[in-house]
Amino acid sequence: MKNDESRNDESRHVNSISIDAATSPDGSKKSHDKSAGREAFRYAFPLTVPICAGFLFLGISYGLFAVGQGLPWYLPIIMSATIFAGSMEFVTVALLTAPFDPLGAFILAFMVNGRHIFYGLTMLTRYTSQGWKKYPLIFGMCDESFALNATVNLPDNVDRGWFYLHVTWLNFVYWVLGVAMGSIGSQFITLNLKGIEFVLTALFAVIFLDMLLKGKNLMPGFIGLGVSLLMRILLGPDVFMLPAMALMVVIFSLLYKIKGKKETDLADEGGTAS
Amino acid sequence: MTAWEMTITIGAVVLGTMATRFISFVVFAKSEKPPAIVTYLGDMLPAAVMGLLVVYSLKGVSLAVAPNGIPEAIALVILAVVHYWRRNLLLSIAVGTIVYMFLVQEIF
Repeated sequence: MKNDESRNDESRHVNSISIDAATSPDGSKKSHDKSAGREAFRYAFPLTVPICAGFLFLGISYGLFAVGQGLPWYLPIIMSATIFAGSMEFVTVALLTAPFDPLGAFILAFMVNGRHIFYGLTMLTRYTSQGWKKYPLIFGMCDESFALNATVNLPDNVDRGWFYLHVTWLNFVYWVLGVAMGSIGSQFITLNLKGIEFVLTALFAVIFLDMLLKGKNLMPGFIGLGVSLLMRILLGPDVFMLPAMALMVVIFSLLYKIKGKKETDLADEGGTAS
Repeated sequence: MTAWEMTITIGAVVLGTMATRFISFVVFAKSEKPPAIVTYLGDMLPAAVMGLLVVYSLKGVSLAVAPNGIPEAIALVILAVVHYWRRNLLLSIAVGTIVYMFLVQEIF
């Protein structure tokens, strides 16, 4: 069975370089920061390659779709760079051809993207400590950047802040580039790309599977999967997200309370907390 | 819609989206350290939300309507086998996607 710790050849190679860098003495903060940035980039870039593939093709299809609905070529590009949330961008195309309703648009965007609230909760401690970087990190907190940054296990010598930032800006560039290619180059696309959107399902499935195979986070993983499936079945595809997330938070809060009670009970008995 | 109305509409969508991204950070900005339960949620939620995202990416699949989720199921099983075997992120994603694209283009 392949070594559990190395995800792929690239990361094994990076790890061996990193060990040497970690043992050499610290230079000035500026040069250390620069090399930390480069080191983090070498680690981050390969992990974003599947997202690049997905975003390029999804972005192209979005650009094609938007222009096909009659929007000028520059509009989808502007939307992709400012909204940076794929599913909502598709909905916005429909909004732009419907009667003018800015308040409705705001509320819809808030609800469609509601899951970002939970991403923020999850990344709260990880992003807040990153100084100026936290602003671009939060701005660019899409599903895929969140998925990578929330679940990655970084070796000690890879700078977290730079890793997060590289993942975020790389994914941003992939998306905007893809949309630009679709908007501008619609007449040149001849490949049959039917089914390419599955790459995003594949990405989430592999990350989830990887988690299970490593034996970590089994409990919350299955709670998340189970609750989501239940809500999707009960409520249908359009409205299940927010109730699923709310139910998850309720379940974890209950578990937290139970955990706290267990620890107090054990302390009272004079034993050590588990 | 006029150019102005389009701008305002897009602006409203941007505001709504950014609100969802920034709100947790704003609400907990003042506290030097967030409450312990928030840290606990931060430990639990990544895995749980990953499960949610898998379901989210498959939300359009209908078991009742052809092709009844079969291409997705086949692609996911093959993806799982390949990942169990090689533990390579890129390989598993590529194989799963290519299998799916082949299935929906040629077979279903």
